Amino acid sequence: MDSPTTYFHWGFILISVPNLLVIAGMIVLFAIALVVPFPHGGEGKNERR
Amino acid sequence: MNAAEPIPEQPSSWTVRTRRAIDRHLPMDHLLPVRQPYFVGSWVYVFGVITIAALVWVVASGVVLAFMGPQWWHDSSVGRFFNSLHFWSVQLFFIFMVLHLWGQYFMAGWRHGRAATWAIGVVIFGISILTAFTGYLSQQNFDSQFIAVNAKDAMNGAGVGAFFNVLNFGQMYGLHIMLLPIGVTFLVVVHIVMVRARGVVKPIDLEGGTRS
Repeated sequence: MDSPTTYFHWGFILISVPNLLVIAGMIVLFAIALVVPFPHGGEGKNERR
Repeated sequence: MNAAEPIPEQPSSWTVRTRRAIDRHLPMDHLLPVRQPYFVGSWVYVFGVITIAALVWVVASGVVLAFMGPQWWHDSSVGRFFNSLHFWSVQLFFIFMVLHLWGQYFMAGWRHGRAATWAIGVVIFGISILTAFTGYLSQQNFDSQFIAVNAKDAMNGAGVGAFFNVLNFGQMYGLHIMLLPIGVTFLVVVHIVMVRARGVVKPIDLEGGTRS
């Protein structure tokens, strides 16, 4: 746990793998939020729920 | 005068003027609405609410930590649990705040008079970063000392070292548990009230593709 983490190094980009995984997870979560239908959403064009 | 008769209001009174302004700009059906427009039916709109929920946990666990003190949060199992609760709720707070930021950026949430709401969100983000930074400096362990010693040069280089001394635990702790959380919480309340006053911004598609 106290050992230094591994880093992803690509050109000028240098980021720790844990930070990279968090950002990747956030992008995946954002994409899921866009495509997964919201319960009871989208009924009737001008309806207010 | 009969006690049942209402006292006539003085229009010049500041309380009357304030109450009427609130009624005009923020009626209760806007503040606590029962229904939302149909386009709000998307998970993207949930990110902001999760951020607020995380903030509640951050503040609640922080109150317990502040009351019990560093010895407790380092040495007892319950203390370490609350320490972790505080840390991980902050992680969720930042993750969902950034997801909320992405959502608002791509839907151009500043349209139609909502620029101030967006700007206050930016300020909340900035103060939150400062709060998290002072939190790392308030841990009372070698990690916080390491961060403080390394950060001092950056602070001095930025010219703020004279009044923002990262090696001064009392100053960092006071900022972290008092001034900065009050700032974040107050601005979050203002942010929410402004969102409620104007409602959620319409999607760009509904305006025929314009960004005005």
